[in-house]
Amino acid sequence: MTFLELEGVRKAFGAAAVVKDFSLAVERGEFLTFLGPSGCGKTTILRMIAGFEAPTAGAIRIAGRDVTHLSASRRAIGMVFQAYALFPNMTVERNIGFGLKVAGKPAAEIAARVAEMLALIKLPDLAHRYPHQLSGGQQQRVSLARALAPNPQILLLDEPLSALDARIRVALREEIRALQRRLGVTTIFVTHDQEEALSISDRIVVMNEGAIEQAGTPSDIYNRPKTRFVASFVGTLNMLDGGVVDPASGVIRLGGTTIFARAPIAGATAGDKRTVALRPEALRLGLAGDGDNALNVVVEDVSFLGAVVRLKVRHGDESLHVDTFNVGAAAPPRQGETVTVAFSRDDVIVVDVD
Amino acid sequence: MSRGRLGAWVAVGLGAVYFLAPLVATFEFSLRMRRGEYSFDAYRAVFASGDFQSAFLYSAALALATIAVVAAIVVPTAYFVRLRLPRLAGIVEFITLLPLVIPAIVLVFGFIRLYGSSSILPLTATSLGADALLMFGYVGLGLPYMYRAVDTALQAIDARTLTEAAQSQGAGPVRILIEIILPNIRSGLLSGAFLTFAIVIGEFTMASLLDRPAFGPYLQRIGASRAYEPSALAIMAFALTWACLGLIQLVGGAPSAAAKR
Repeated sequence: MTFLELEGVRKAFGAAAVVKDFSLAVERGEFLTFLGPSGCGKTTILRMIAGFEAPTAGAIRIAGRDVTHLSASRRAIGMVFQAYALFPNMTVERNIGFGLKVAGKPAAEIAARVAEMLALIKLPDLAHRYPHQLSGGQQQRVSLARALAPNPQILLLDEPLSALDARIRVALREEIRALQRRLGVTTIFVTHDQEEALSISDRIVVMNEGAIEQAGTPSDIYNRPKTRFVASFVGTLNMLDGGVVDPASGVIRLGGTTIFARAPIAGATAGDKRTVALRPEALRLGLAGDGDNALNVVVEDVSFLGAVVRLKVRHGDESLHVDTFNVGAAAPPRQGETVTVAFSRDDVIVVDVD
Repeated sequence: MSRGRLGAWVAVGLGAVYFLAPLVATFEFSLRMRRGEYSFDAYRAVFASGDFQSAFLYSAALALATIAVVAAIVVPTAYFVRLRLPRLAGIVEFITLLPLVIPAIVLVFGFIRLYGSSSILPLTATSLGADALLMFGYVGLGLPYMYRAVDTALQAIDARTLTEAAQSQGAGPVRILIEIILPNIRSGLLSGAFLTFAIVIGEFTMASLLDRPAFGPYLQRIGASRAYEPSALAIMAFALTWACLGLIQLVGGAPSAAAKR
């Protein structure tokens, strides 16, 4: 059942439209991520849902109620900011209890809820500290507890992990996901970090220039990107220029080699140009198995990355990367050597040429 | 000691002599009231004077009223400009700087013209009206200092994000201003207040032309008629100004939560 609905939402600052005709339905309890580069409009949409910006056109509904013009303070939406935004003059417990105090809850109820939240974020001993006495990770946990304390209908997280170092970022994103599952709160997360989005979300909305490029599960987005933008933005991809030979059978010509896609190429006719996208980890060295595709390539460079060996190889005029596991027994090929790279039809991603 | 370092110390020494020598000379002169020996007689005479007490109390009361009014104008203005009307920031800043470029004598003649006894609002006709007029004049003088201090403090705390965080917790604008913004710009507000206090206490032109019994005109009168008391008053005024600046440092430099964010 749709809980949050954005219908034809548009936001313009002067003549420039930052969000263009944006429509989206979010289920109750879903963890949805807006993923996109800086300036793609993802934060603007979040701010419109929160009530900090008014849409130029369109409607926003929560549980069937139109909140498009409702003030932020009356939407019952919790928000976690990139810069933590804890109130510097208040202790941790006063920060967490602020929303409950504003709602006029009795002191005993506030104290109990604050204690519950502190236990939830695993910081029960820091109730009397001020924000400046906490680390970045602790501050963001408190910010999360503050947002959750009044039982919001929706939780919004605006790049909450961006200001943290890598190790804390990974730990905290797992905590956020575990908390969200436990509480079942409908959550919208904004990030430009694809790994974060893929690891945490039920569904990802990839955005570009104020519009949705593709919405789907992390697996859909990664394995079946629908546009060249999504293919290039999510994960590392080899992009090769190809010509469609037989769209019904998924036959494409790459340089002098014919390869097969897993399915017919929708909307293409013979002779059309298409981009073939191949994940580096989908390519393997060695002869092709039954029904697999193969390319003869020349090794240009070999890089050891620990568990993975990355090869840079050349096929005709185009270079591509191949990731293979670093297996001690099998020595990687040498620079200048000609090898065969094989890949399954299922791993062939065909997208339009821009 | 390197030659550059020595040069720096010489420059500092010369600067210190330039500023401190007149001060030391004034202080030394203020102690010479009793013939043949040093004493604090000039200070005693000043403190014993009823005029000193009434003039100082009058200016202090006016300074407090000025601070209250200028803060009530500046804090919401600077907050809403930063929050909702950032495009107007340049214009508001220009307006707040005007009192620095318009001489006080021009302002006070304008006041007398507008609020004189023959005008629609004859504030100068009554003592209370003239006091109010002087206070509003001082509000204008304090505006550049208070606005800059408050605006800088608002910038330091990222008022917009804190406001949005409070809004998402259900708080309305008045609660946000009182419970979130004001406590976090306290040091800026106090800096502006102390500067305003120092300006009002020593102001002469407006008080004199509006014929109010303020501290500035009192200093001038004493200076014209006595020998040692003006020096004592100059030292006291200097100490008062430095006390205000010291309080700004103390309050502004205190390890406030906002400063450590």
